[in-house]
Amino acid sequence: MNGLALWLRYARASLAGQVRYRGAFLMQMAGHLATTLLGFAAIWVLFHRFGTVRGWTVGQVALFYGLVNIEFALTETIGYGFERFGDDFLRAGAFDRLLLRPRWTVLQLLGHQFRLRPLARLAQGAAVLALGLGMTPVRPLLFTAPMMLWTVAGGIAFFLGVLVGQAALSFRTIESLEVVNVLTYGGVEAGQYPFDLDARWFRRLMTCVIPLGAVTYEPMLAILGRSPHPMAATLAPTAGFAFLAIMLLYWQAAVRRHASTGS
Amino acid sequence: MPSSPARIVVEDLCKSYRVAASPPGGRRGLAGWLPARRSWRTIAALRGVAFTIEPGTITGLIGPNGAGKSTLIKILSGILRPDSGRVTVGGLVPWAQRLRHVARIGVVFGQRSQLWWDLPVDDGFALLRDIYRVPPALYRTRRARLVETLRLADFLDQPVRQLSLGQRMRAELAAALLHAPPLLILDEPTIGLDAPSKLAIRAFIRDLNRQDGTTILLTTHDMHDIEALAERVIVIGHGRVLADSPFETLRATTLSGRRLIATFDGPAPAIALPAGVSRLPAADRVLALDFDPARIGAADLLRLLAPPGTPAGTAAPADVTITRPSIEDVISRFYERHASTP
Amino acid sequence: MMQAATPYLAAFRARWRTTLRYRAAALAGFVTQCWWGAINIMIYAAFYRMAHGGDGAAAPFALHQTITYVWIMQATLALMPWGCDPDIADAVRGGAVAHDLLRPVDLWWWWFCRATARILGRLVPRALLMLAFAGLLLPRAGLGAWALHPPPSIADAALFAVSILLGLALSACIVVLLNIVTVRTLSPAGGNAVITPLALILSGNMLPLALFPGAFQTVLILQPFAGLGDLPCRFWLGTLHGGRAILALGQQAAWLAAVAVAGRAALRRTLHRLEIQGG
Repeated sequence: MNGLALWLRYARASLAGQVRYRGAFLMQMAGHLATTLLGFAAIWVLFHRFGTVRGWTVGQVALFYGLVNIEFALTETIGYGFERFGDDFLRAGAFDRLLLRPRWTVLQLLGHQFRLRPLARLAQGAAVLALGLGMTPVRPLLFTAPMMLWTVAGGIAFFLGVLVGQAALSFRTIESLEVVNVLTYGGVEAGQYPFDLDARWFRRLMTCVIPLGAVTYEPMLAILGRSPHPMAATLAPTAGFAFLAIMLLYWQAAVRRHASTGS
Repeated sequence: MPSSPARIVVEDLCKSYRVAASPPGGRRGLAGWLPARRSWRTIAALRGVAFTIEPGTITGLIGPNGAGKSTLIKILSGILRPDSGRVTVGGLVPWAQRLRHVARIGVVFGQRSQLWWDLPVDDGFALLRDIYRVPPALYRTRRARLVETLRLADFLDQPVRQLSLGQRMRAELAAALLHAPPLLILDEPTIGLDAPSKLAIRAFIRDLNRQDGTTILLTTHDMHDIEALAERVIVIGHGRVLADSPFETLRATTLSGRRLIATFDGPAPAIALPAGVSRLPAADRVLALDFDPARIGAADLLRLLAPPGTPAGTAAPADVTITRPSIEDVISRFYERHASTP
Repeated sequence: MMQAATPYLAAFRARWRTTLRYRAAALAGFVTQCWWGAINIMIYAAFYRMAHGGDGAAAPFALHQTITYVWIMQATLALMPWGCDPDIADAVRGGAVAHDLLRPVDLWWWWFCRATARILGRLVPRALLMLAFAGLLLPRAGLGAWALHPPPSIADAALFAVSILLGLALSACIVVLLNIVTVRTLSPAGGNAVITPLALILSGNMLPLALFPGAFQTVLILQPFAGLGDLPCRFWLGTLHGGRAILALGQQAAWLAAVAVAGRAALRRTLHRLEIQGG
């Protein structure tokens, strides 16, 4: 029984648990569909009112928006256990239970709550991405398709890294973790627009300090044929994996520390 | 069936916590918003605990709340790392070799569920089978046996949240034993259960120990659990081992006293109490005395109540019982005796 | 009269105090909202400056008004009906919700007071911090162009206060509705998933309602969520006067009454069901 099979079983069990509350489940799906339909509307509204900005068209922005939302949706699908770690595990005292099982904590948490909810975001992201691709000329498919997959992988690694880091931080404080939303929801919010709309300090921050920019923005420039350094841009998603690796190390350290303080 | 004997060796185990002490009361409302300095203090939960538990035994771990029991249980189950001291369970150091260690133990917390709240019991079992990598053939026989002995068949397909407490506890026991661990740790397994459920759980634990040779370590506040199950009792208090002996020895050394209850037809007579005897408050017609048999024999005490020569039916008691102190009395007396020696 | 109100005031006080205790959460929320506001403002600035030669003529608000709007929205983020009362969600999950029915109080008012206190307890510290940051600190730091501007007149400020209070009451009424949905569906997830995003978008929190295309404006102003953010912001900016101000406050009051009445009816039916099914 390898990790993936176990994860699938966890995910199946989690889904089975969710659809038991049928009313809530249906409302959730309806709510998310509505939200996601309205989400891109905000961007469309801005372009509708102001026209193009700095040479960016609504089609190009749709590519950024679609890609970032796909990345985040997939991350939320698998990473919700980490997002809820402080409340659902630490505060509820359920983390000990995970430690009592002979499996890696990360694997158990990944499978803890497999959710359909982000699928609405995923569908919308995909639709907006398709819309963007229809409106915008990009590099040939042979480059664009694998590059997009690679970019999405790097983006998932980045967002998952944020959630793992958030969970590790909740060993220290449960209350103040709202700050991490800056990176997750804030990252999605910021990443939906091309970064050169923003102030330079912000661009630097988002590219160098928090590698979100590197992970999605630079490769996307390459796909659009606008990148000043196409080779570097192609490698940029690696930063997402590096970030995830660092966060996993931090997680391991935090779990070890938890075992010595016991609180 | 257990794979390897689980000998538990604990030596000189110490563990302390640092806790934040907030100023008493605290500032109220928006004023509480101003930053406050936090002070820390250290609480020693365990200070030099040592014992050895042989495979195939049942050991009761008791002690008042806050004595360090939970800390000890957490260390033994590998989720807490002590400050100093040595622990091996079946040759493994729990916290250092956690994954290998926890694969070989089963843990049941009476106050916490390990099953999935929204899932049917059987689905939870299947998930645990995969988590513990139980081979399918072994799982089938194991599950069948547990379902039978714990009488789970009626509610296997119900979500855990719909179970009664007694049903849930039985399901929890099964869940902890699916992977046939040689060591089972039970933390207050009968808490909140009704009498028949308690008896069923105790019988199951005893059979498990006898038939499979499973080593069992159990904490409880219900002294009847101890009386019914434990060959040996380890009393923890103030982070130390206060006593480690068969229960009968503990009873004899702690409370050798006896209690005499005499009921009279009329008001109980006032008698002069000899040394070693104390009178307890009781109803009008009842005389309740605690006495130390080493200082005054039961026969002498009875003679005192109805001195020879008193005419029958006047002052002689209508009924007399003499009892040993209850296990609760033994333990509370024991805790009291050690309360003053930190 | 005072006696009758005692348990509700007690519920309010207890909840207000426990909520205020989450200091770190409020500070974290404040930092998050500063960041959020900064991102929004940068994007609006880019659109305003780059489109149509930088005059922002296409927009109904000037850039500094939009910036003020963003800060007000961030300051009052806690006013949104973020979801059902977490204690009630726990009670429903643990099957203990029947305990709330044992109290000799009107459950709707009980829940309403709890909701109001919780919203206020989250709102007040964050709003004060945000006003101090965006209204006082930014101008001092030479970033006046990005700062929150005060309302043009005392009258506007007063209207803003009234409008915010109506918004607070409406939000609490919505929370009570969410509590009821939680009791009915046995999970807080469904109701929260529907309301929170709707409120964020339709209150103008994500994007000022005035920026939406003209064809939608009437509908957007009339829908209930406008009272949770957009209308108070317009009062603060001083763009609603006279008859339009009265209409706006009337709109808020009407929705408040409607949601309250609907909530009381729904609660009555839910309690009736609980009595029959025994929780």
